[in-house]
Amino acid sequence: MNLARPRRRSGTLGDALFWGAAFGAALLVLILLGAIAMSTLIGGYPTFARFGFGFLSKLVWDPVRREFGALVPIYGTLVTALIGLLLAVPVAFGIAVFLTEVAPRRLAVPTSAAIELLAGIPSIIYGMWGLFVFAPFMANTLDPWLSNTLGVVPGLAPLFSGPPLGLGMLTAGIILSIMIVPFIAAVMRDVFRLVPPPLRESAFALGATRWEVVWHVALPYTRTAVWGAIFLGLGRALGETMAVTFVLGNSHDFNISLLAPSTSIAATIANEFTEADSPDYLSALIALGFILFVITFLVLLLAKLMLLRLAKQGAR
Amino acid sequence: MNLRTPHPRGRYRKRVNVIALGLASIATALGLVALVLILVTTLLNGAAALRPSLFTELTPPPGAEGGLANALFGSLVLIFVAVLIGTPIGVLAGTYLAEYNTHPRLVGTVRFINDILLSAPSIVIGLFVYQVIVRPSGHFSGWAGAIALALILLPVVIHTTDETMQLIPLSLREAALALGAPKWRMITQVIYRAARAGILTGVLLGTARISGETAPLLFTALNNQYWSTDLSGPIANLPVVIFQFALSPYDSWHGLAWAGALLLSLLVLLVSIVARSLLREKAE
Repeated sequence: MNLARPRRRSGTLGDALFWGAAFGAALLVLILLGAIAMSTLIGGYPTFARFGFGFLSKLVWDPVRREFGALVPIYGTLVTALIGLLLAVPVAFGIAVFLTEVAPRRLAVPTSAAIELLAGIPSIIYGMWGLFVFAPFMANTLDPWLSNTLGVVPGLAPLFSGPPLGLGMLTAGIILSIMIVPFIAAVMRDVFRLVPPPLRESAFALGATRWEVVWHVALPYTRTAVWGAIFLGLGRALGETMAVTFVLGNSHDFNISLLAPSTSIAATIANEFTEADSPDYLSALIALGFILFVITFLVLLLAKLMLLRLAKQGAR
Repeated sequence: MNLRTPHPRGRYRKRVNVIALGLASIATALGLVALVLILVTTLLNGAAALRPSLFTELTPPPGAEGGLANALFGSLVLIFVAVLIGTPIGVLAGTYLAEYNTHPRLVGTVRFINDILLSAPSIVIGLFVYQVIVRPSGHFSGWAGAIALALILLPVVIHTTDETMQLIPLSLREAALALGAPKWRMITQVIYRAARAGILTGVLLGTARISGETAPLLFTALNNQYWSTDLSGPIANLPVVIFQFALSPYDSWHGLAWAGALLLSLLVLLVSIVARSLLREKAE
């Protein structure tokens, strides 16, 4: 840099070029989002045009007769994600409380790191573990036990009926819950740390126990953001592919039982994409991808909006 | 909650406190047990299948013995190319978010959309790349796979670059500008230097993330049973090989899948631990 003779022109040209490159790269993010939506919509268009809204409500999935309905994969996606969420939220909440209220710093830091490592394990490892270790456990132990206990309760019986295969929506839901616990826990932990110390301290000064501070002070203050964390986990669970593909059993036959094989949107695409031998089949799979993208986008949008509200609240 | 003392429900409240915090500790233990269980199973099964031929022999035909050499090589190439494509674009976009305020509403929107892309299902990214690259070109290719991975890396790099650069004190920028440096020199020579560790952390975290990505590669790089260094054709890669072999009925393929899973986990854990230690160094 020559300071004696400022080279203004090279500076402005350089500035313009650099700004342009940075601006273009930032725009790319928006273009990418639009392009993902457009390309999957175009790819799935023949399917949407042929079946209309019937695509969303039909049970049949018959590649040979080229009849495609997305209800079973959509149902499987929602049910597995819901099971995953129901199991994951209490555990994640517990972990966040442990990290912010119970553990001394010496214990909280390594525990936090370990939980984050759990989030880093590739989903295909969860899938393999699910298939080779967890599914046999389900088939031999948990499934029969559930059939014999919950399976005889009137009203719940259909949910826990059928042969114990170990593969099905319940197994997939449990694997999903293990996967999303660290995501939800990490966000909840960060959210709880945003509670202003004076608020917590005044509750303690009034004689509140630690749990009461969590339940009556921290949680009400962060309620929207905690929902945001939960929705973030839901977004992950809905779009998760590999962990679910291994343990769902890939069956397009509708079955109300949580123990029976089923499929999800992501699992259907992953399993059948390379076998899709006709343009109609391929289009149906891409149409499924578009539906998945729209669902997860809406869920993640809600999650981010809820998390942003707390950030704004804190800034005020 | 009635907090006036002395409270007749004091003992009850203390008991609730102990039970609730105890349950929270149990939940944490549960999470850690899951981590240990998964890692130990992978380690035991993977170690049993670990042998030198993994690194020298090609993926075998059904039921035969072999190695993972082509898959390991292909994965490294795909990850390397993806990082090479994704990093500069991500750093530039992150720079725009943190340093330029020419369009404040655009900055807010891009940040928001980027955070959504961070969690977007990778399988849809794979379908997107299939639609725009594989389909028009007529064949699966390593390039398509690398680009799909780069698109998954991108939001991670943008996010961390943005966050790191925002933390750099304003005085550094003012000092550089006061010396007469144009803005782009201020950014490339002062800010990037100060933000180096943070940006590197982002790239490493992104690398860890894409190393295990399987779904997007199914529609892009596909797989290749043979040794291939050609990115314009299908190329073998570890995640897809693990997927295929694990779901097959052959024991020898299962063994290879476990060995691959072990190598993949080690790679991912190593990269994320390095990234985290970098982050801690910076914080101290």
